[in-house]
Amino acid sequence: MPTNSGKPKQNAVNVREMIEEKRSSRNISNITEKLIPTILFIIASISVLTTIGIIYTLLSEAIEFFKIVPIWEFFTGTVLKPLSQNPEFGVLPLINGTIISSLIAMLVAGPIGIMSAVYLSEYASERVRRVLKPLLEVLAGIPTIVYGFFAFTFVTPVIRSIFPAVDATNILSPGIVMGVMIIPMIASLSEDAMTSVPNAMREGSLAMGATKLETTFKVVIPAAFSGIIASFVLGISRAVGETMIVTIASGSSKNFTFDITQSMQTMTAYIVEVSGGEAAAGTTIYYSLYAVALTLFVFTLIMNLLARYVSRKFREEY
Amino acid sequence: MMSQSSVKSKRPVKINPEAGSFKEPETAGKVVYDTKELNLWYSETHALKDVNLSFREKEVTAIIGPSGCGKSTYIKTLNRMVELVPGVRTTGEITYKGKNILDRSFKVEELRTKVGMVFQKPNPFPKSIYENIAYGPKIHGIRNKKVLDEIVERSLRGAYIWDEVKDRLNENAYGLSGGQQQRLCIARCLAIEPEVILMDEPTSALDPKSTLRIEELVQELKKEYSIIIVTHNMQQAARISDKTAFFLNGEVIEFNETNTIFTNPADSRTEDYISGRFG
Repeated sequence: MPTNSGKPKQNAVNVREMIEEKRSSRNISNITEKLIPTILFIIASISVLTTIGIIYTLLSEAIEFFKIVPIWEFFTGTVLKPLSQNPEFGVLPLINGTIISSLIAMLVAGPIGIMSAVYLSEYASERVRRVLKPLLEVLAGIPTIVYGFFAFTFVTPVIRSIFPAVDATNILSPGIVMGVMIIPMIASLSEDAMTSVPNAMREGSLAMGATKLETTFKVVIPAAFSGIIASFVLGISRAVGETMIVTIASGSSKNFTFDITQSMQTMTAYIVEVSGGEAAAGTTIYYSLYAVALTLFVFTLIMNLLARYVSRKFREEY
Repeated sequence: MMSQSSVKSKRPVKINPEAGSFKEPETAGKVVYDTKELNLWYSETHALKDVNLSFREKEVTAIIGPSGCGKSTYIKTLNRMVELVPGVRTTGEITYKGKNILDRSFKVEELRTKVGMVFQKPNPFPKSIYENIAYGPKIHGIRNKKVLDEIVERSLRGAYIWDEVKDRLNENAYGLSGGQQQRLCIARCLAIEPEVILMDEPTSALDPKSTLRIEELVQELKKEYSIIIVTHNMQQAARISDKTAFFLNGEVIEFNETNTIFTNPADSRTEDYISGRFG
């Protein structure tokens, strides 16, 4: 200490001088200080503008479609035969296919994802967590086309070997595989939500004589509920928007049925099929793409709004 | 007694198990907690060294000492909450009403329903005021709404917070002030009718007015509960406790009637600490 005592003093003088020096050149930085927010605003506007652009395109082309096919016919029609001599454009088979495949996916991903999250955040030792979390993220990094292939060439044959009545292309297999794909997302986001619940709350519960399991289910999960709901919504959005897996493994039959052993088409798979060549610009089938896309868009929008409402309503603030 | 404590503080190589157990007058209440030769390690850190203490029914015992002296560790050992820290090891014995709670076969949940705890920072659950109080009874199987209503009211009255919250039982507990939250936590504790209440610096996060209210509450609770309170506030210990234990570097330096500790301490280190020379 005594040997250093001279040094800080010398420094103090220098620092003072340097600050004075810098202060005189501040005027230039004042301009950047004002310019940067403007630039940032423009950059931030890009995503908003893109959204507006997409909505505009969807709407304008969909309106063309609804001039040919009445809107009520589109939304109540249970038959979709776009390529037939007498084409019929009922979107219900596609909505049905989308809902059923997403439902199957969430039935797989929801429970497994939450249980994984509970295990990772409440029970796993540091060492196990260090191995398991990256593994989960690998699962999330697999391209969807690989999942599609996996559904078609592995899961479907396995299902068919147990239940021979199942079709070669069916909605069950891609639904399950989509669920597997979504597990990491739900597990990881729910785990984050649970880990951020303060330990003081667990201690409060344990100190009352609650077991670890009771603490997890009655304190931690309720406290993390809004985060868990958010992970579910993202999972559902992912399932609804998922394209490749259903395109490959569920075929292109536009069945309107609740039989999960049959082939069904989702909204996304329809868009892939139609835009895959057959639709010349200006034809009814071409415009139907936009009508389906618009439906899909509204679908996800409603779901997101609903989820926001639910998660706000059940939020436990701490 | 005084000579025993000073001998102990010099850490003799051979420890007489009776050396630190202080003889109480026969008129005192029954012993609830008896700690014998307790040692505790956090991985390599020796946090508690040969602790010998016993607590009696319907008394307030204060545990004082400078930061890092092991007083919080000790109180958390009394309901085994200390086990939540990875790498904790203990030797020795703590008996609660004659049963060794450090025994692996001892059911820790059972202990914790009899020994409530109030923490340093108020930690209500992010639920309604009502649900906070009803939580304990509910996990122990009480489902009857009428019974729960009664428990909630009685507990909140017991913690002197009923009048402040009776009209907002369904509001989130986090809307309360810090002092109210802490009294809510005490009420939550009372809801399962414990025999002992452990308080780990319950007023350190509170303003003087809320602190005073908690101290008054402790005086009231003493009539029915045994209270062990860790505090870094010596005046608080002097105001509210019947007995005081002074911890330093993981050892019990002195344990005696609060009056004696504060007016006529046996150990010079106790005197230095309570007169503010360190800590």
